[in-house]
Amino acid sequence: MKKDNLKIDKITLTSRLIVGTGKYKNFKETAEAVKASGAAMVTVAVRRVNILDRNKPVLMDYLNPKKIVYLPNTAGCFNSEDALRTLRLAREMGGWKLVKLEVLGDKKTLYPNMIETLKSTKILVREGFKVMVYCSDDPIIAKKLEELGASAIMPLASPIGSGRGIRNKLNLSIILNNSKVPVIVDAGIGTASDAAIAMELGCDGVLINTAIAKAKNPILMAESMKHAVLAGRKSFLSGRIKAINYGKASSPTEGLI
Amino acid sequence: MAKIQLNGKKIKINSNYCIKDLIKKFKLKENKIAIELNGVILPKKFYSTKKIKNKDNIEIVQFIGGG
Repeated sequence: MKKDNLKIDKITLTSRLIVGTGKYKNFKETAEAVKASGAAMVTVAVRRVNILDRNKPVLMDYLNPKKIVYLPNTAGCFNSEDALRTLRLAREMGGWKLVKLEVLGDKKTLYPNMIETLKSTKILVREGFKVMVYCSDDPIIAKKLEELGASAIMPLASPIGSGRGIRNKLNLSIILNNSKVPVIVDAGIGTASDAAIAMELGCDGVLINTAIAKAKNPILMAESMKHAVLAGRKSFLSGRIKAINYGKASSPTEGLI
Repeated sequence: MAKIQLNGKKIKINSNYCIKDLIKKFKLKENKIAIELNGVILPKKFYSTKKIKNKDNIEIVQFIGGG
C-alpha cells in the first residue's frame, strides 16, 4: 500500500491519529505515549507561565515542536473573544497558524457552542488562520463550517472525556459524504474499537486524549490506538463485505464426501 | 519601583525595566512564550524596547498539555 498520509491544509501528517497532551501523570509519560501512538500531531493548550516556580519543566522540553506538529487549542474557552485571544497568542508564540478551535457551551456536557464557534471560525479564517474546528455532529453546521473556510471538521462522537464511543454513526456518515475537507472525530473515543469504527466509517482521522492518558497503562493504550486507527483505515479502504442475515458457507460444497 | 500585575499577581520591579529584562528576571525563553501587555499582544521585536510602566498589566503564556 502506498503512503496513506493525512493532509490538512498544506501540512502532511504521517499518521491519522492525533493525540492530546493533557491529563498525563507527567511530561515523561506524555512523551512516551505520544511516541507509542505514532502521532505526527499533538494538541496543546495555552496557559499562564508559572512565574513563582520557574524550575518546573515545560512541555516543549519533552515534545519538540520542530519534530512533531503542535496544534494549539482553545480548551476552556466559552466564548469567541477568549478563543480568539488564545489563538492569537499561540500564533505570536512561534507562528502557529494551524489551530484547533473549540468553544464550549456548557460545563457539564462540554458540548460546543456552535453559534460562538461559527463566529470565531469566520474571524480566524479572515485573519489567515487555518482552523480545525471542534463541532457538534450536525451535518448542516459541518457544511457551514466548511463554507466558512475551516481546514478540518472535527465532530464529537460523544462528550469530551466520556469514553462513550461513536454514538451517532449516521450523522458522521452524512457529514463525511458532504465534506470536501478532512473530517476528524474529536471527542468521545473510549477504547481501540471506537477508533477503528470511526476510521471504518471513512473518517480521515481521530483525535484522542483521555482514552490514552487515563488508561491504566497509557503507553500500551497509545500503541493500541495506533493499530486501531491503521486497522480501521485499511478496512475502510479495502471495502468490507455486504452484511447479510443468513449463513453463507466459506468452504465449497462441490466434492463433498 | 513600578508596581505591575503579572499573570494575575501584583509584583514590584525596577522602574527602568523593559520587557526583555522581565523575561530575564523570570528565566523565560522568548521562543517559548507570548506576551500580552494591557490586553494587547506584544510582538517579540518590541521586547527589548518596550519599557514597563507603573500599573501595567502583563500576561505571559506558554504551551502546556491539553486535549
